[in-house]
Amino acid sequence: MTRTQLAGGVFLTHLPAKKFKTNLLSAQFVVPLRWETASANALLAAILRRGTASCPDMGALAARLDQLYGARIDYTVRKKGEAQCVGFVASLIDDCFAPGGERLLEPAAALLGELICQPVTRDGLFLEEYFESEKTNLIDAIRSILNDKRSYADSRLLQEMCTGEPYGVPRLGNEQITAALHPQLLFDAYRDLISTSRLEIFYSGSAERSRVEDALRAALADLPRKDPAPLPELAPHALPEEPRFITERLDVTQGKLGMGFSCGSDDAAALLLGNTLFGGSSNSKLFLNVREKLSLCYYASSLFHRQKGLITVSSGIEFENYQKACGEILTQLEAVQKGKLEAWELEAARSTLLNAYASMGDSQGKLENFFLGQAATGRNETPEMLAEQIRAVAPERIFEAMSTVKLDTVYFLQGKEAEA
Amino acid sequence: MKPVHYERLGETIYRETLPNGLKICVIPKPDHAKKYAFFATRYGGMDIRFQLNGRWLDTPAGIAHYLEHKMFDTKEGNALQELAKNGAEPNAFTSNAMTGYYFDSTSHFDENLEILLSFVSVPYFTDESVAKEQGIIAQEIRMIEDNPDWQIYARMLRALYSVSTARTSIAGTVESISRITAETLYDCHKAFYTPSNMILTVVGNVDPVKVSDLARRILPKEGGPVIPRDYGSEPEAVGAKEARMAMEVSSPQFLAGWKCRPVPEGEERLRRLILGSLACDLLFGESSPLYQRLYSQGLVNSSFGGDFEQMPGVAFLYAGGESKEPQTVANELQKEADRLIREGFDEDYFQRALRSSFGSSLRGLNSFENIAVSLTEGCFGGFDPFRFPQIFDAVTQEDILNFLRDNMTADRAVLSEIVPKEA
Repeated sequence: MTRTQLAGGVFLTHLPAKKFKTNLLSAQFVVPLRWETASANALLAAILRRGTASCPDMGALAARLDQLYGARIDYTVRKKGEAQCVGFVASLIDDCFAPGGERLLEPAAALLGELICQPVTRDGLFLEEYFESEKTNLIDAIRSILNDKRSYADSRLLQEMCTGEPYGVPRLGNEQITAALHPQLLFDAYRDLISTSRLEIFYSGSAERSRVEDALRAALADLPRKDPAPLPELAPHALPEEPRFITERLDVTQGKLGMGFSCGSDDAAALLLGNTLFGGSSNSKLFLNVREKLSLCYYASSLFHRQKGLITVSSGIEFENYQKACGEILTQLEAVQKGKLEAWELEAARSTLLNAYASMGDSQGKLENFFLGQAATGRNETPEMLAEQIRAVAPERIFEAMSTVKLDTVYFLQGKEAEA
Repeated sequence: MKPVHYERLGETIYRETLPNGLKICVIPKPDHAKKYAFFATRYGGMDIRFQLNGRWLDTPAGIAHYLEHKMFDTKEGNALQELAKNGAEPNAFTSNAMTGYYFDSTSHFDENLEILLSFVSVPYFTDESVAKEQGIIAQEIRMIEDNPDWQIYARMLRALYSVSTARTSIAGTVESISRITAETLYDCHKAFYTPSNMILTVVGNVDPVKVSDLARRILPKEGGPVIPRDYGSEPEAVGAKEARMAMEVSSPQFLAGWKCRPVPEGEERLRRLILGSLACDLLFGESSPLYQRLYSQGLVNSSFGGDFEQMPGVAFLYAGGESKEPQTVANELQKEADRLIREGFDEDYFQRALRSSFGSSLRGLNSFENIAVSLTEGCFGGFDPFRFPQIFDAVTQEDILNFLRDNMTADRAVLSEIVPKEA
């Protein structure tokens, strides 16, 4: 892996590998995640994907991608810590599999560059029909989070827990702010985005660094760069004095329970291991007790939000089991805090994490996502370095770090007819 | 083990059939850290009526899936924990026609493979452990019942088929699983978990001979009899033209489905799979004129998509997503199919779609899971999925048009819809 600077605030992470059938090329703008700007940035990515000066509509773009043996260029909008990352991920077959022996990296990079630098415009604005249709699509996408009740509940928990903090802002922003966007505002946001925000580029595939750099320099020759803005800083989470309890009702057959915890320790490696023991794998205490022993649910898992120092638990239960499930989840957290563990549990948690780090290099998608997360939060550890940190954690460090984990917010989604 | 090299894919497969009937496929990946093993039985949600020892048995819906949950129990405890100690992430799934158990790991591979083969081939459950699982699976069923994507797909299948067990829900219902006992689970294991009904696929930096030796050592020496199954004799006509349900969703969703003619086992299955997926690309894929028109009219959004699927005795093609006007989109799909049958494709467009579809198939080979599942389906269906480049070479416009003529007619179409609940 190497990381080089191509222009002011533009970085290339080159991940050489000959073992894949494809090349991955990703260009991501990294900006602070804010209610005021999140929807505009999400909308920009979608509008840029509609057409370029030379391929002004979806048909022309699709034709060019088909010619490159079904290359894909998808727009992405992701949340990494308190940064929003918007851009494009391209996937194209490796030159050695092109039946005609063509070079595919250069034309794919060129198209990526066009999507960023040469959108189709009229009178100095994006085409009105693209603006309107993608605005409608974005509002539909924001509303459709409701359709997947697990994601909906997970997202509501974070919003409630991190009210007033950027971490509570969903990656697409919200409906009201999207509805208020207008063409001039959006075009200004576009010019601002491409000229001042950090641009992180990732390449995984067989091409040497110099070839990738040349292709990108040519593709991004028109990128206007001013003084790049610094990376967004992350604010620590404010713990409420007493835990907060929130209940909502929808017409559902299964209740969704979300529990948010705040971590007082900054020993990330110990917390990551502690969380894996608690609910981070199919051998965790939550799986073995809430599911296997008490048969309360099909899923009960926890996630460690490394960048923000939070742990969230997610489970689907019968409405009437709310108290029982909450109680059992807290009991299991206490077990981890007090070190009530069998030797195999620690061994399993550690090897689960080490296996995940060791196999990351086998997936281009996982590599890109990992290194974007690192770049967006100003970190530079490789998966190997993180694995080394996990190996070095002694049990006492886990118990100590996990003892700082405090209940912050409980969210429960229940049915319309259920008793409160 | 016999290696076959696939020049155009840059892959080699080692294959062998053991004396007990187990088929083994090994795909060496010397540059990868991850090693992946997939052990599958030809037994899924559709296999609820079958013959064992000369008697026809009717088993409750959801039993194959229930068995999958219970297979992780061992006399010593639980196989999940044994594998986890070695850093392996094991899991399993049940589809309509197969149950697959798998893990990936970067160390202790041989030990992990031994655990996998042992726990899948040796059942261990008691009335108590079977009863305990009811609550867990009931919650899994509740979870999918709240999922609109699942509801819309399940309801489309029930509209397409009036007899075939393709209409049976893989997980069953809270009622049907309450009738499952330890005894029925043992019967089903005995019938379907015999080496001759199973496939082992390993992808990663492994020695194929060691895999084969280990399978010989761990698995039973004898195979089992072929189990006759009854999927029901499905009529040509669709079961119902429409299915409609109200749920707590943000906007209407739909799937338009076409009941296609099934294909017997053999290479024709692979060819049909490719023709069906090409027909989807050409008719309503992202490059298609129809998709672009519907998208720019705001009738579909990026959630729109579809596929062609084959299961024992059945095949179907579907397309859908969110739309404010499901019926209009379904009509447009039918009109476009009718038009193409009449007028054919623009040849440039056809060649482009072929090129793009080849690239997508190649991209699929990045995924170990995808390689293992498609090789297993190939073994069960009598074809070699790695022969896709040769099939692509031979596909003509006429092949696709024939596919559309045979399968995408209005009398074969159904529409499944989910509408938002009134507030």
